[in-house]
Amino acid sequence: MSKAIGLEVSLAIAEAVKQANVDVISAYPITPQTHIVEELSVYVANGELDAEYIPVESEHSAMSAAIGSSAAGARSYTATAAQGLAYMHETLFIASGMRLPIVMTVANRSLSAPISIWNDHSDIMAERDIGWVQLFGENGQEAYELSIMAFKIAEDHRVLLPVCVNIDGFILTHMIEPVTFIDQARIDEFLPPFKPALTLNPEKPVTMGPVGVPEVYTESRKQCEQALWRSHKVVREVFDEWYKKFDHEYKLIEKNGDLQGKTLFVTMGSQGETTMNAVENLQSQGESVGQVRIRLWRPFPREEFLEAIKGADRIIVIDRALSLGAYSGPVAQEILALLYSQEIRPRVYNIIAGLGGRDVTVNDFKEMYAQALKDSLDPNYTIWGVCSDAK
Amino acid sequence: MANLALCAWQKLELGTAITEPGNAAQLKTGDWKTLHPVTDQEKCIKCGMCSVYCPEFCIHEDSEGFYPADLFYCKGCGICANECPKKAITMTMD
Repeated sequence: MSKAIGLEVSLAIAEAVKQANVDVISAYPITPQTHIVEELSVYVANGELDAEYIPVESEHSAMSAAIGSSAAGARSYTATAAQGLAYMHETLFIASGMRLPIVMTVANRSLSAPISIWNDHSDIMAERDIGWVQLFGENGQEAYELSIMAFKIAEDHRVLLPVCVNIDGFILTHMIEPVTFIDQARIDEFLPPFKPALTLNPEKPVTMGPVGVPEVYTESRKQCEQALWRSHKVVREVFDEWYKKFDHEYKLIEKNGDLQGKTLFVTMGSQGETTMNAVENLQSQGESVGQVRIRLWRPFPREEFLEAIKGADRIIVIDRALSLGAYSGPVAQEILALLYSQEIRPRVYNIIAGLGGRDVTVNDFKEMYAQALKDSLDPNYTIWGVCSDAK
Repeated sequence: MANLALCAWQKLELGTAITEPGNAAQLKTGDWKTLHPVTDQEKCIKCGMCSVYCPEFCIHEDSEGFYPADLFYCKGCGICANECPKKAITMTMD
C-alpha cells in the first residue's frame, strides 16, 4: 500500500469506482453526492477512465439507465441521496428483481419536508425492503474500500443483486480524511472483469422483466429473497479475502470497547466514530460499556449480532431516522424483533439522534449512557435533544 | 394447500427472464372471451375484410377460402362481425 493522502471522501469514492473500472456511469447531481459523479466525469473526459458517462434527466432515469446497461452486461454505477433515492424508488425494486449487480453510493441525507440537505438515514430507511445488499461505511478509508468490495459482492454469481454503499452525507462525503489508495494492479487482481450470467444480446434474445402472472410472481420473489440471504456468506467471504490481500479487517458486525460490557451502544454509519470516543472515555472512568456497529444492514446478520450483544444487560440503539407511527426507530425495530425469540433479552433503549444534520457529540452519548443507567429514558424511544416547552 | 405455481422457484430463470424468444405464442389468450364469431358460409363472399380488421391477427384464410378465427387467440371483440359487409358473422355465446 502507498502512503495515506488527505482527500475529500467523495473523491476517494470516485477513485474507487475508477479503480473498479466501471463501464457505465449514469449521473444526476444531488447534494451531498454530487462531488462523486462530478469527479468521475473528469476521469471520463480526460481519458483516465474508459466508460460511458450518461448525464440523465432525473434519478428515476439514472437507475433506469443503470438497469439497462447492467442488463447489457456492463459494470454499472450511480450515486444519489435523499429525494433522489426516493425518486428512484420503483426502479430500485426492478434492479433487484431482475438480479442486476449495480453498485450505488447513497450519500445519506434527510428527506423533505422541510428541505434539509444534511445527514440522517431517513432516505435509506424508506428503502429497507428493496432487495439490495446494504452496507454502511464509517470513515473515509471504509468508504473507499467498501466501494470496491461492493462490485465483487454484487457480481458474485451466488448473489447477482445490486449493492448500496451508505455513506453519511457531509459528515463523511465532504470531510477531508486520510485515505490510503491501493495499487491498480492489486485491485485488478481482487476484482476481475464482470461476467454477467444473462445479458441482452441480439444473437441470443431473452426477455428481462416480463409480466409475472400470479402463477410465477411468488416464486420470482422467493428467488430474489434467497439470493439476498445467500449474499450474507458472500459478503463475509469478500471481507475475508480483502483482509488477506490488504490487511484491513472488516466484519459484518463490529465490536469495540469493553467486549463484555454491561451496556452496549448500537450504531450504524459515521456516528459510530463519535460513540467510540464516548465509550473510551466512559471506560477510562471504570464504566462497563462497549459498542456494536452494524456494517451490513441488509441482509441483517442476525447470528453475528446476537453473538456481539451476548451478556449485555442493556443496549442503547441509536437510530438516525424516525419510523413515524411505530414504537421505535427502524434499527431498534429490527433488534427488538430479533430479541423476541431469545430467552435472555437485554433491556433495549432506543434513541433517535442526529436528524437532519443535528450534531451528536461525545457528551451526548455520555448523557445517553447516564440516562439509560438511571432508566430515565422513554420506554419506547427518545428523540434526543428535541427542544420542547412542555412541563 | 393447492399448488398454484407454474414451477418451483429454483426452476425460474435468473430474474424471471424468458430465454425462449416468442414463447408468448404458447400462451392461450383466447380464454378471456365470452362470445366467439360464427360465420354463415352461405352469406360469406370470402372478401377477407374480417381478417383485415381483426386486432389480434387471428383470422386467416383456410384451404376453402373462408376466414375462420383462431379461437386459441380470439378475444371475442366482435369487430369482425361489425365490419363484415354481408353480416355473415354472428357473435355467439361460448
